[in-house]
Amino acid sequence: MNINDTRISDRPITSDLFKPNLAKRYNLDRVFAFFAWGATTIAVAILAWLLITILIDGIGTLNWNFIDSFASRKAERAGIKAALAGTLWVMGVVAVFSFPLGVGAGIFLEEFSEDNWFTRLVEINISNLAGVPSIIYGLLGLAAFVRILGPITGGRSVLAGGLTLVLLILPVIIVSTREALRTVPDGIRAAGFALGATRWQVIWNHILPAAMPGILTGMILSLSRAIGETAPLLAIGAASFIAFTPNGLQSSFTALPIQIYDWVGRPKKEFHDLAASGIIVLMTVLLLMNAGAIYLRNRFQQTR
Amino acid sequence: MTVQSPTTQSQSLWRPNRDRSRLIQSVVKFICGAFAAVSIVTTLGIVATLLFETISFLQEVPIWQFLTDRKWTPLFASKEFGIFVLVSATVMISVISILVAMPLGLLAAICLSEYATPRTRKILKPVLEVLAGVPTVVYGYFALLTVTPFLQTFLPNLKGFNSISAGLVLGVMITPLVASLSEDAIYSVPQRLRDGAYALGTTKRETIVSVVLPAALSGIVSSLILAVSRAVGETMIVTLAAGANPTLGLNPLVPVMTMTAFIVQVTKGDAVHGSIAYQTLFAVGTTLFLITLALNIFSFWFVRRFREKYD
Repeated sequence: MNINDTRISDRPITSDLFKPNLAKRYNLDRVFAFFAWGATTIAVAILAWLLITILIDGIGTLNWNFIDSFASRKAERAGIKAALAGTLWVMGVVAVFSFPLGVGAGIFLEEFSEDNWFTRLVEINISNLAGVPSIIYGLLGLAAFVRILGPITGGRSVLAGGLTLVLLILPVIIVSTREALRTVPDGIRAAGFALGATRWQVIWNHILPAAMPGILTGMILSLSRAIGETAPLLAIGAASFIAFTPNGLQSSFTALPIQIYDWVGRPKKEFHDLAASGIIVLMTVLLLMNAGAIYLRNRFQQTR
Repeated sequence: MTVQSPTTQSQSLWRPNRDRSRLIQSVVKFICGAFAAVSIVTTLGIVATLLFETISFLQEVPIWQFLTDRKWTPLFASKEFGIFVLVSATVMISVISILVAMPLGLLAAICLSEYATPRTRKILKPVLEVLAGVPTVVYGYFALLTVTPFLQTFLPNLKGFNSISAGLVLGVMITPLVASLSEDAIYSVPQRLRDGAYALGTTKRETIVSVVLPAALSGIVSSLILAVSRAVGETMIVTLAAGANPTLGLNPLVPVMTMTAFIVQVTKGDAVHGSIAYQTLFAVGTTLFLITLALNIFSFWFVRRFREKYD
């Protein structure tokens, strides 16, 4: 409404027309604030509920035998040795492949790229890939790595599983690498060029060392995401009952989340407790990785 | 003491060799470009594999049958391929989850951005990040073995596998996504908008509801759409807690089967390449991919179209 439509003096200004009604509005405010805090509290409470349930269920069966035994049909003898070894092997593959691929792509997009069709295409692809469900990557891994490249990867193997997860976390690594590179001040680049260095010499000798803590932080967080991924490994057909540790890249394998999934799906209560113990191990590993990432980030921020 | 002539020293020690440096640079640039191209290859790979097997599938099963059958029994002797059975389960669970995540995530975002002190915010944000980082198989355990028995004390008719428990836990899983993306949007609304509202005599709630939230609307809506897309594609919670029983209908108390649960069921059972089961896998994958792609594109478009720009 235009304020000039009615002249203020035309309207009778009496106290019964303008009712601020503050008491009621402040009461509504309190209700609203209560709900906002309530929602946050509920989210935190659910996290606590989840963690405490799992601790209570799983702590009883968590011992060294559990870590050092293979899967078994008898709950009291079953353990996660094969799963833990499989997870370590797969994560090794993921780290070895995704680090150069992700950092290289990040450097290309942030330092080398000109604004042309190729760069734009890559950027559109990365943002789209980040939204593709992980099980679709599993189907890609099944068709590409297990079947078509089967002679190289050895079918449902450590290598096939690792490469599938590499594709899954690559967009995350690229994005975090770019953010880390962006935090390096442009003055360093300008100084390098002024001394006659090529772009690559500046990147290799100055930008990368400065950005490395940030890149490593992103890398650790991406790996911690890959460790918990279950669906893609299920889709490529990682076995759930394996009584040996992998002995090579072409070896078949199981992984910690797969083992947990298998145990949760069984009807007996004993296996559910084993699953909870497995979850405690998995969450501990995740927590350590996240703590490492936070430590790196803080050190980096202090020294800058 | 003899001083060497500067010219000989510079020739022996300083060799710029710019040609070599430039060559190395172009080689490195090419390699990095090739690494960047992996993302294009991945997209092409996803589209090609899905399309290839889906076309073979559609040669066996006509598309109208795929879209209109009312049963889903591709692994039985009498095969019927009504994708709608799986889609309805996915939609129902996603709707339940967003009904949880929308109020919870949005209110948490408002709380973090508008009500919490910087100190509280600094503690609460990492807690939400932990909630977001919990592996989905853990949420599956929680839904099947904790939430379902808990709900059964109120709902005696609740089956061991059901979509309400899966939907609720899925909602908890996507809440941090809604909260952190919405919080970014709400936090970035300029302070002068709030000050202007306060100057007009509004209370804090009125400022938030009528000024801050509309200003942040594009970010909030896109975070909700991304959360729905995440819920549609989520696998472990629904596979563990919602069961593997393809039923058409919107009863949240009985076992159902989502698209992702079907993919897990088939891949677990060693589908032979070339069999109809293997092709069905990719047909379902294509449907899932198209739904999430549409949601993601819609979310990007919404942000671009409705973003309020300040400064």
